[in-house]
Amino acid sequence: MFNALTISQIFVLDQDEALDFYVGKLGLEVNTDADLGFMRWLTINVPGQPDREILLERPGAPRMDDATAAQVRELLTKGAMAGTLFFSTDDCQKTYETLLAKGVEFTDQPTKRDYGIDCGLRDPFGNAIRFSQPL
Amino acid sequence: MWCHLAVSRAVEDTNRRMLRARDAMDRHYAEPLDVPALARIAHVSPAHFSRTFRATFGETPHRYLQRRRVERAMFLLRSGDRSVTDICLEVGFTSLGTFSRTFRDIVGETPSDYRARGPLAPVPTCFAMSWMRPRG
Repeated sequence: MFNALTISQIFVLDQDEALDFYVGKLGLEVNTDADLGFMRWLTINVPGQPDREILLERPGAPRMDDATAAQVRELLTKGAMAGTLFFSTDDCQKTYETLLAKGVEFTDQPTKRDYGIDCGLRDPFGNAIRFSQPL
Repeated sequence: MWCHLAVSRAVEDTNRRMLRARDAMDRHYAEPLDVPALARIAHVSPAHFSRTFRATFGETPHRYLQRRRVERAMFLLRSGDRSVTDICLEVGFTSLGTFSRTFRDIVGETPSDYRARGPLAPVPTCFAMSWMRPRG
């Protein structure tokens, strides 16, 4: 059957703005940035994990009609598209402070939980991101 | 065509700003609802904030905050043994009577009966906060 999860996908409103955020601020790296004609295939990964990609997809034609794309964008900006990414980190507090200094919007600050210390943020589009330092 | 795009863009901008305000409510749920402060976060006038919030999320800020506080109380009731009164105050209610009545209206049982259901299953907090929020 399967060997691994290789690519997962989240919606973004604008792929250049997504790069500014995910690469420029969060420090992920570009894996593939290819103009396929019908879409821009843009994936990123955590540095050192090129076999685990995140596809940054812009909703639109030809995959979906304009009205559907508008619905997707509406849901995305309400925080309801469930494009949630969970990362692990060695140092939650330090990463939080570094990102806060870069202007990243946090929804909750580093807090100790049963499973570790974690915190949450939003990307410019409404996707939720969390990172957690295991106990 | 561009007219539709302009309307969509405006809706998306509003949604994102209202989401920002809602996130602030989730952070400060134990504090009194501060519509002027939330309106500033959302870049709308205080007079428009509640109506716009309701149009976006389907309920008033006041109701959203009540359900958030009750959800936090539900979590605390089943995660430890702090008294109902302590939990009531911690989540931002100022009256035990109001808390109990609101809790019962929303959850369908009293805080004590709800606590008697026992400890919760471990799930990531963000998902618990979203999915366990009571309806109504």
